[in-house]
Amino acid sequence: MKKMLTRIGVRPESIKRAAIAMYEAEINAVIHARGGKAIVMILPDSVRIEIVDQGPGIPDVDLAMKEGYSTAPDTAREMGFGAGMGLPNIKKHSDEMKIDTEVGKGTTVTIIVRF
Amino acid sequence: MGKLHSVSLNRDRCMGCTNCIKGCPTEAIRVRDGKACIDENRCIDCGECIRICPHHAKSAQCDPFPDLTSRNASKPAAVLLPPSLYAQFGPPATRSMIIRSMYAIGFDFVYEVAIGAEACSLRTREIIAEKRALVQSGGSDFSSVFPLISSACPVVVRLIQMKYKALIPHLIPFDSPMEITAGFARKDIASKLAISPDAIDIYFLSPCPSKRTVTINPLGQNKSEVNFVLALHDVYPLILSALEKEQKDTDAATLHAFVGLAGSEGVQWACAGGEASTLDTEKYMAVDGIHNVISILDEIENERLKDIEFVEPSCCFGGCIGGPLTVTNPFSAKARMRGFIKAAIDDEERSPDKFLRFRHLQLASSWKIPLEANNSMQLDADINTAMDKYEQMERILETLPGLDCGACGAPTCAALAEDIVQGNALETDCIIKLKEHIRKVAQDINLLDL
Repeated sequence: MKKMLTRIGVRPESIKRAAIAMYEAEINAVIHARGGKAIVMILPDSVRIEIVDQGPGIPDVDLAMKEGYSTAPDTAREMGFGAGMGLPNIKKHSDEMKIDTEVGKGTTVTIIVRF
Repeated sequence: MGKLHSVSLNRDRCMGCTNCIKGCPTEAIRVRDGKACIDENRCIDCGECIRICPHHAKSAQCDPFPDLTSRNASKPAAVLLPPSLYAQFGPPATRSMIIRSMYAIGFDFVYEVAIGAEACSLRTREIIAEKRALVQSGGSDFSSVFPLISSACPVVVRLIQMKYKALIPHLIPFDSPMEITAGFARKDIASKLAISPDAIDIYFLSPCPSKRTVTINPLGQNKSEVNFVLALHDVYPLILSALEKEQKDTDAATLHAFVGLAGSEGVQWACAGGEASTLDTEKYMAVDGIHNVISILDEIENERLKDIEFVEPSCCFGGCIGGPLTVTNPFSAKARMRGFIKAAIDDEERSPDKFLRFRHLQLASSWKIPLEANNSMQLDADINTAMDKYEQMERILETLPGLDCGACGAPTCAALAEDIVQGNALETDCIIKLKEHIRKVAQDINLLDL
């Protein structure tokens, strides 16, 4: 996605925000749901990224959005992840963010970054 | 655009093979009509193609060695020696001997670029401290300020301007050691001889093509202080024979017209990591080799390098001692460099007066012109057209074989797809596609049943 945005001439600041937001969401999907799917839609004025997983879901979204709150396992923390900054970071680097989640079914994080 | 670059092609020697297109980090080379063509807008003068070309068709355009004996005596000639030069020579050669040999060759003045390097180290330490204070006071995020990126390697700066534009504010925004030393030398000579600063010719002995490019097309300045750039390997034989004539070590500090030796800190800059080790931080990273530099810049752009305050990227393996215009292999050069650095440290301790205290001379000068982004990676100036082109590229790429063989003259199938979309190539430039077409035509002819 980053390469594509670069080639079409999006401002570097927007590319950076989109790349960071997407990376954080991907890491979340890997840690909590053992992977998922990324759907990226590029429009002339924005990029919309959906990270869809079939993981455990998020029981309390407000709590999960708090900085420093994390349910990541120790193995993830040992690798430097799980600092509880994932979702807050996505929010910080996006213009719109939506979380659709159902416990036991999975989570879809939708991110919009405007150019 | 004219002659913006130093790296150039000898058409007669080029065999049209694909070695250079494959190694180019910015995909700036194509083979067209059997000869390599360099895209001036994308070339960053890394010199990878010079190293890789088996036919020696690529070279760095530098200035010819001047006739120092019959030159107009009214214009004194000064030469600037990069720290990497010393490593080209083994014992018994010392820095002082190498400096003397430059006078023997005919230069009127000799300056070590290590002077400018010391000034850069000093100013960089100050900048790191300023940025740390800014982060600590809560004025800025760690990741929006750090890591600071050294701008000493012009190839890296040009790479960032083209492919990592978001990192432009991370670059240390002041002149390279070469420029600083040249500015210092010009003032020093002008005052010693009481002449106009413009009436002095300044030569730089370069380990790499990019240093020549920055003198024609400067970074952060309108005009370079350096007038001529000589390829280190061209001058090497002259220095060697001058050194052989003078086998005994005499102190350069006693030389008439010599300004003094630079300190050990500046000499260290020759090797990868040398610059970073002079700073007051252990949170640094030194990365060498252009392809390694690319992977680290990716990491920085994605904010994945946590807790690193300073990154020193060098285009060449081993740092400047690995430059394409050097003579000695970088491993021997590194081993020799240790000797020169140790000698410099010992000397400094033994006779501190011998060394000019350049570090007190606030020499580092900031860039006067902000660095601009290079948009040559952009498919089109209009975002809608660029998106259309990107889609077309993807569609074409699906039909290409994906061998990345380079036979079409583009380094990868993706690059060919781009060339087709931009109108610079045809689908049948792909030999696999061409074969399919010919087979189809042959079948059609058979069907005609003549």
